[in-house]
Amino acid sequence: MAVRRQRLMSGLKDAGHLFRFAGLFVVAFLVFLVVRAYVVPKTFGQYGHYRGAAMGEIAQHPVKFAGHQTCETCHSDIADTKTKGAHAHVNCEACHGALFQRMPAPPQPKGNLYQRFVALIVPPLPPDTPILLHADDPATVVPEKPDTLVLCVRCHTASAAKPKGFPQVDPTVHMGGVPCETCHNPHSPTMGSDAGASPAPGGAK
Amino acid sequence: MNISRRHLLILLPAAAVAWKFVEAGTPEASPNYQMSDHWWGMLINIPKCIGCGNCVRACQTENDVPDGNFRTWVERYHVTDTEMTNPEVISPDGGKEGFPVAQEDAGKYFFVPKMCNHCADSPCTQVCPVGATFISPDGVVLVDQTYCLGCGYCVQACPYGCRYLHPTKHVADKCTLCYHRITKGLTTACCEACPTGARQLADLKNPNDPIHEFLKTHPVEVLKPQMATGAKAYYFGLDGSVR
Repeated sequence: MAVRRQRLMSGLKDAGHLFRFAGLFVVAFLVFLVVRAYVVPKTFGQYGHYRGAAMGEIAQHPVKFAGHQTCETCHSDIADTKTKGAHAHVNCEACHGALFQRMPAPPQPKGNLYQRFVALIVPPLPPDTPILLHADDPATVVPEKPDTLVLCVRCHTASAAKPKGFPQVDPTVHMGGVPCETCHNPHSPTMGSDAGASPAPGGAK
Repeated sequence: MNISRRHLLILLPAAAVAWKFVEAGTPEASPNYQMSDHWWGMLINIPKCIGCGNCVRACQTENDVPDGNFRTWVERYHVTDTEMTNPEVISPDGGKEGFPVAQEDAGKYFFVPKMCNHCADSPCTQVCPVGATFISPDGVVLVDQTYCLGCGYCVQACPYGCRYLHPTKHVADKCTLCYHRITKGLTTACCEACPTGARQLADLKNPNDPIHEFLKTHPVEVLKPQMATGAKAYYFGLDGSVR
């Protein structure tokens, strides 16, 4: 027994270089842990193999189409007209588009030393341009009136590719350059004729 | 206490690691919106689509999609009676400004709006080498653009061609199903702008969503079902010639 212990001790005496080597591994592993703690984002792995905070960041993008419910809070008269007509299910922004203007971007915070170091290697993505909605400030963001000769024609030009039941006209024959709203109320259009006028040729069938 | 220089060298990094984990604390709590209550998809009603391109323009406006790239686009199919497997497909500028007039001709025409299918088993998220793209707990395939390397594996992997590399950001970009809108109770920009209701956002976990009644009573199809991607863009009235 004693012989065996003596043999073991003498063996360990010669194994000093192995311990130093193992020590190096331990130090390298600790360095790895420290670096890893810095470079792996805090929310990585919160829900899966990705950065959980990314969803919150994506959800922060500015909304540009305010939604017809927002429009209707002020323009209830138009909403009432619309509900009776053929365009009842066409949302406001389908024709008027998103009513917003871009605002000057605020100065970006420089971040801490580590973030600035990372930015040198990987330039950060440009932030979203802040926007101002017509719904937020109707006096500043004044919408342009859409050109019906472009807008209506886009949907209602006759084409064999469109569904058969959809009202379609041949623009060259039907109006000859006269804006659509001269005869039709875009918010509640009637097919064929309005207010007893005779139907224009090439009209919707 | 007697600490040698060697011990200090070992102790300092250990302390730094420990402090980092103390600092990290608990993961950030999710916002007011409950991800576990939703499972998003889309219903696309082909017989209702008139090919006006409103959805394409709305998407480009809402999401600042660069010109020449598309998160959603519209294709026009022309299938003649004898060329079922070889349809003529056009999509001029993604159908953004509509389509040229189709003369009465042999065969049939129809429009197919395309977009990310937000697959439940998406091939694009499986190939990402860094975990920059993922399926969110509410069923939306998203890209963490701060994490993306721009390697383009996912662009190649998507069987529906729904991804592209952003020309100035140099990262993968795709439809987010307007995640910034649906988490606020709004519908997507394309659905908001569609004049005929050909597109409908669907929450498959919401028992009151009309999608359930529709799926129960209508024949629907997903694109490339043979690939088993778990696509959640349901097409009603999809022709067999659509690829």
